[in-house]
Amino acid sequence: MAKFKRGADSLLAGWGGTGATRAEVVHPLSEMGIAEILKQRPERGVIARGLGRAYGDAALNSGGIVLDATALSGVRNLDEENGVVTVAAGTSLEDLMRWLLPAGWFVPVTPGTRVVTVGGAIASDIHGKNHHADGTFGNHVLSMTLIDGTGTTRHLSPADTPKEFWATTGGMGLTGVITEATFRLIPVETSFMRVDTERASNLDDLMARMSDRDDEYRYSVAWIDCLATGKSMGRGILDRGEHALLSDLPANKRRNPLAFSSHAVVTAPPIFPSGLVNRWTVRAFNELWFRKTRSDHQGAIHSIGQFFHPLDLVTDWNRLYGSRGFVQYQFCVPFGAERAVQTAVERLSLSGAASFLAVLKRFGPANPGPLSFPQPGWTLALDIPVGDPGLSGLLDGLDDLVLDNGGSVYLAKDGRVRRGHLEGMYPRLNEWRETVATMNPDGVIQSDLARRLGL
Amino acid sequence: MKDSLGGVQTVLVLGGGSEIGLATARRLVADRTRTVILAGRDTEALRSGADELRRLGATRVEVMQFDALNRDSHQSFIDECWSTVGDIDLVLFAFGVLGDQDVAEHDSKEALRIIDSNFTGAVSLLIGSAERLKAQGHGSIVVLSSVAGERSRRSNFVYGASKAGLDAFSQGLGDSLIGTGVHVLIVRPGFVHTKMTEGLDAAPLSTTPEAVAEAIFDGIAKGREIVWVPAALRGVMSGLRHVPRPLFRRLPI
Ligand SMILES: Cc1cc2nc3c(=O)[nH]c(=O)nc-3n(C[C@H](O)[C@H](O)[C@H](O)COP(=O)(O)OP(=O)(O)OC[C@H]3O[C@@H](n4cnc5c(N)ncnc54)[C@H](O)[C@@H]3O)c2cc1C
Ligand SMILES: NC(=O)c1ccc[n+]([C@@H]2O[C@H](COP(=O)([O-])OP(=O)(O)OC[C@H]3O[C@@H](n4cnc5c(N)ncnc54)[C@H](OP(=O)(O)O)[C@@H]3O)[C@@H](O)[C@H]2O)c1
Repeated sequence: MAKFKRGADSLLAGWGGTGATRAEVVHPLSEMGIAEILKQRPERGVIARGLGRAYGDAALNSGGIVLDATALSGVRNLDEENGVVTVAAGTSLEDLMRWLLPAGWFVPVTPGTRVVTVGGAIASDIHGKNHHADGTFGNHVLSMTLIDGTGTTRHLSPADTPKEFWATTGGMGLTGVITEATFRLIPVETSFMRVDTERASNLDDLMARMSDRDDEYRYSVAWIDCLATGKSMGRGILDRGEHALLSDLPANKRRNPLAFSSHAVVTAPPIFPSGLVNRWTVRAFNELWFRKTRSDHQGAIHSIGQFFHPLDLVTDWNRLYGSRGFVQYQFCVPFGAERAVQTAVERLSLSGAASFLAVLKRFGPANPGPLSFPQPGWTLALDIPVGDPGLSGLLDGLDDLVLDNGGSVYLAKDGRVRRGHLEGMYPRLNEWRETVATMNPDGVIQSDLARRLGL
Repeated sequence: MKDSLGGVQTVLVLGGGSEIGLATARRLVADRTRTVILAGRDTEALRSGADELRRLGATRVEVMQFDALNRDSHQSFIDECWSTVGDIDLVLFAFGVLGDQDVAEHDSKEALRIIDSNFTGAVSLLIGSAERLKAQGHGSIVVLSSVAGERSRRSNFVYGASKAGLDAFSQGLGDSLIGTGVHVLIVRPGFVHTKMTEGLDAAPLSTTPEAVAEAIFDGIAKGREIVWVPAALRGVMSGLRHVPRPLFRRLPI
């Protein structure tokens, strides 16, 4: 019996829709199928792809094989006593929420979209609004199963195989294909969030508010209007919250406190002219967003979707950027480098590189992953449509700024950082490379990101 | 690998001594291109261009030999390019000869030298490099066509015919490569001040190798299929296309 299904040649891009390359998409029918493909050592290698939410070239492998990791999904074990779940790595966080919330469990970390796989969450070592309190996704993983570049199955855990475990966590899929993971869940009484919202009049004000009181909340994130200039440069809205307790809910919601709806409201049509997202439409949107938060309010009850995944309400919203696509720029700099965040926001505001809200967040402690992105400090993320000829230079300049301030750019969002910059941004790169050399000795695991950055 | 804004890391310049080719290589190196192969007939003559690119920041510049007229050698030359540097993001077709129109009109040897350099030789290398780019699943081909190929002119129709053939072939090639990750950009400059046109009277809207380089750079970033240099030539040529032949052949162009 066949262990995998050969797929058609496909043009694949990241979520930003830029730089599509051709690859053969293969659908494994079992773990054995994955091992078999790797053992065949295809000439241009293999990379796992989850739900393709990485913005750039992390889940692409031009001329080679892209393994559809969503083919293997589902919950394999739920330990309700300890709140520990074992899932196939292709399982999406959205499915987990649908399955686990009714039982009173929530995923330990969720990104700004729930349409990501557990494998992708580990490979990018994703962070959420609770990073300052709970760390990354990888921090909650107790063990995982990986098929390495030689087709050998390995069981990885922080205690028994720390090198391999942490090289895989944040390793952008380059140590092998994760097939299964066991991780801790968060117990919740309700599927709602209790949210406090504040408006900050400029960046200094915003950062001061975050530094002062973030620690009182499990979740915290700020939205910055990058088009505001002058005195209100960096004005923003700060959303902080907790999982709502049963007693926080109004009576009408108490009847079904763990309800969860994952339905998108609308789907963006496939063809949009490039240029629809420009500084005028964005300015109008940002103005509306800022105004809708008329004043500060405390204790509002939001659904999980409203609080964590507002963008998931529109399926395929990335199409709104048109055929030329967009890039996301996300960097972090250590505490003490607040000036760099200020400079970045200034440069972006002045350049008019149209961006819907930029997201600002404070990171807590780092974990041992050599390529794990979050470091104690500030992170700023924003989407920018492709089109302005000055964009490449603007972002190259920001890379220099970030590097000079001891910061880094997030590889899950990247498609354009230069090789020379990477070593400076990730000083433990060589340590990571040494471990990868033992797990992928013949370079069978390959991706366009690895080619571009010479990983 | 190209990056998500179309930035090129590795380029192969076929016609490494061409002024337009070198200007384009300099423009790319000023951005983020670090690996360059300059290929031409006389490798000694390519050294100074290679040194300049190194000074500008290229970390690896290779000089290789090829002759567009020596078609039997093309496959091994292409293989060698790829085995030397690995993936190539951009192949720039910058070689070409203007030839001697007066001689070519009565001596088929000269006419065929022009056609074989600019068209058949290029076709052989286009197919060879397209196969490589298809296999790697990404990359761009940039072809230096010319306004001269847009409509055949009494004064240089042999060169014009060679460019018309090259242009038509490249358009079809570009279409055939849709879905493969490989992209073809056709560049149609007017009169460019280079050694090719030295001593000739400059035509209206004449331009420089640097302007052509900038248009190529921009065209790659935007994924364009055809660019005219200067851009105004597009309108001019679409007008000239409809001028009746008895009138066209008497135009002083
Ligand atoms: C709207 C939006 C909001 C986002 N918000 C955040 C955020 O708040 N925080 C954050 O950290 N990230 C965020 N992201 C990024 C996203 O969480 C990561 O890119 C994540 O890796 C995507 O998972 P995926 O399943 O789509 O993986 P893909 O995009 O398919 O792949 C991403 C990487 O994971 C690897 N990979 C996938 N599956 C496996 C596997 N089974 N085994 C080994 N490697 C694998 C791939 O090789 C690739 O390197 C956001 C993305 C979007 C689109
Ligand atoms: N200049 C213009 O006005 C103009 C206008 C439109 C289009 N173009 C086109 O643009 C391209 C570049 O032109 P340019 O102006 O930069 O000219 P150039 O400086 O004269 O360069 C032409 C190059 O082609 C090389 N070449 C010629 N025959 C060759 C062969 N058989 N094999 C390998 N290489 C060969 C030459 O090499 P050697 O040094 O060995 O001779 C020379 O380096 C050409 O295709 C040209 O037709 C030019």
